[in-house]
Amino acid sequence: MRRFPLGGLTLLTAMVLAMLGPVVTVVLWAFAVKWRYPQILPTEWGLKFWAEVLSRQTITGPVLTSLALASVATTAAALICWPAAFAFARLRFPGRQLLLFSFIAAQAVPKFALFLSIAVIFLQLGLVGTFPGVALVQGLSAMLVMIWIPTAAFRAIPPALEEAAFDLGASRLRVFLAVTLPQAMPALAASYVLAFVAVLFEVDSGLLIGAPKVTTMPLTLMTLSAQVVVQDAAVLCVMIWLPCFVLLLLTRRFMTSRGIAEGLGA
Amino acid sequence: MIDLSDLSKSFGGTPALTSTRLKIAPGELVCLLGPSGCGKSTLLRLISGLIPPDTGRILLDGQDMTQTPANRRPTAMVFQSHALWPHMTVARNVGFGLRVRGLPRSEIAAKTEAALEMVGLRGFDRRLPSELSGGQAQRVALARCLVVAPKVLLMDEPFSALDAHLRKSLREELKALQRRLGLTTIFVTHDQEEAMELADRIVVMKKGAIEQEDTPSGLYACPATLSVAQFIGQMNVTLATARDGCVAWGGRRIEMPVSGDLTLACRPEDLLPDPQGVPAEVIRITDLGPLLRVALMTPQGEALTWLTPRAAAPLPGARIRLWPRALHVFRGETLLETIQPQRLTLEEDA
Repeated sequence: MRRFPLGGLTLLTAMVLAMLGPVVTVVLWAFAVKWRYPQILPTEWGLKFWAEVLSRQTITGPVLTSLALASVATTAAALICWPAAFAFARLRFPGRQLLLFSFIAAQAVPKFALFLSIAVIFLQLGLVGTFPGVALVQGLSAMLVMIWIPTAAFRAIPPALEEAAFDLGASRLRVFLAVTLPQAMPALAASYVLAFVAVLFEVDSGLLIGAPKVTTMPLTLMTLSAQVVVQDAAVLCVMIWLPCFVLLLLTRRFMTSRGIAEGLGA
Repeated sequence: MIDLSDLSKSFGGTPALTSTRLKIAPGELVCLLGPSGCGKSTLLRLISGLIPPDTGRILLDGQDMTQTPANRRPTAMVFQSHALWPHMTVARNVGFGLRVRGLPRSEIAAKTEAALEMVGLRGFDRRLPSELSGGQAQRVALARCLVVAPKVLLMDEPFSALDAHLRKSLREELKALQRRLGLTTIFVTHDQEEAMELADRIVVMKKGAIEQEDTPSGLYACPATLSVAQFIGQMNVTLATARDGCVAWGGRRIEMPVSGDLTLACRPEDLLPDPQGVPAEVIRITDLGPLLRVALMTPQGEALTWLTPRAAAPLPGARIRLWPRALHVFRGETLLETIQPQRLTLEEDA
C-alpha cells in the first residue's frame, strides 16, 4: 500500500476551502434570517429575504436587464468573432499576427479608462444610457475570449480530418458543418459561456455607459452590499450564481462534439 | 486508368515535384517509394485533387481531371493518421461518403455493413474511433474509402505508424483485397520492404522526380542508378579506377571494358565462397533466422557484408575467401553494366 500523501492532502483541502469558503459563506447568508457573531452557523433559517428581494422591482429589474444585455452582447460578439477566428486559423494574410495581438493589447488597457473614452464618443452619438450602447461596449469586452479560444480550437483540428471528408465527396460547406464545426464546438461553447459570465458581472460598462437610465445587476449588487442588510446582496449573489454555475457545468457535460455533429446531419 | 503528364508542383518557390510522367494500368498496385521529401506524397495529393498542379495534366479513366476538385474525383484516400472523425461512430464514419451522395438510409446501412465485413470489422459499427486500436482504425479508414467504390484508391503511408508485425499482416490483407476487387491502387511508402512485398510496380522517387520504375524483382536485379541500388536492398559499394581494361576489386584485378572512375556494387548474397576469391576476416555475425549476415574486413581495410545460409556459418576471426557472382558497375549515378567478373590474376596481398 502506498503511504497517504498527507502534505498534498492538506494543501488540497486548504485550496478547496480557500476557493469554496467565500462561496459557502455567501450561500449561508442568503438563507439566513438571523446570524449573530459568536455563532458558527445561522441561528434562524428561511427564505424571508428571497421573498423580499424578488418583490423589489429595483432589484429584479436590473437582473433581467443584465441577463438580456449579456445575451445580446455575447451573441453579437460570437457572430462576429467566430467567423473571424476561423479566418485567423485558416487564412494566411498579411498582418494576421499583428491583428491577433491587437486584441490582447486592447484587453490590457484598464477597462475603466477605455470605457471612459468610449463614453465621450457615445455621448455625442446619443448612446449613453441606452441598451444598445451598453450592449456594444460589453460585446467589445467579450471579443478577446471569443477570438482567442476559437482560433486555437480551429487551428487544433488536424487538416487531414477535413481533407478526408472533402476527398470523399463532401462540399466545402458540408465539410465545415460535419467535421470542422463539431470539432470546434466544445471550445466555441466554452468561449461563449466564459464571455457571458464575464460580461454579466462586469461593473464598468453599467457605471460609465449605462447610468443613469440603464441599471445593471452588478451596480445594484454594489449598492446593496454597501447597505446594512447583508442578506439582500447574498440572495442576489446566489440568484445570479446558480444559473452561471449550471451554464458552466452544461458546457462541460453536454457540449460534446458527437451530439452536435448528428444534429447537423453529419 | 491513370495518365499523368508533365506534372509539376512547387510550394513557396521550392519545387516538390518536377515534370513528372506516369501511367498506371487498371487494377495495378503501384508503390511510390522514396525518402521523406522526395515528392511522393505531393504526387499522391495531386492525383487526389487535394492540391492543384502548377503545370501538367491528370487523366483519370480517360477524363481530364486536372482542374477537378477532390470532392468530384473518383479517388479515395487513406491517410497516414487514419483521419477518422472522432465524433462519429465507426458506422457513421464509413457511411459518410454515402450520406454525402444522398443514398437512402437502408442502402447506406447495408453497404456500410458490407464494407466493415470486408475489412474484418463486423460488429464494430457502434464504436467510436477512440475505442479502436491503430490497426482497427486504419481498417475503418480503408472501409470508409472502399464503400464509395472509388476507381482509384490512394494510400499515404497508411501503416507506417503501426508496429512491424501488424504492418506485415495488414499488407497481406490489403494485397488480397486489392486483387479480389481489382482496384487500381497507389500506395506511398518510404519502406522498401513494404514496397517490395506489395507492389506490382515500384516507382522510386528522389528529389521531386521519378528515378526508376520497374517490378520489384526488376528493380532489385537491375537498379538503374546508384541511389536506387542502395535504397532497394543492401549493396557493398567500392570506388575504383579502371585502367588498361582492368579494375581492382578487393585486391584482385577484374577485366573491365570501360575506363575511368567507377563505383562497383555487389549484393551481399551475390558473394560466394571461392578458394581463389578475395581473402577477408570475419568480424561479426548477425543471425537473421534463415540467413546469417556476416561483417567482413579485407586486408585493404574495406568492409564487406555477406549474406549466407546458416549451413555455411564461419566463426568470428576466421579468414575466408569470397568472390562476387555479379557486380554492378556505375559511373557517377548511372549504371553502365552488370558483369560476372572473371579472375584475371592471382596475387596475394595479405
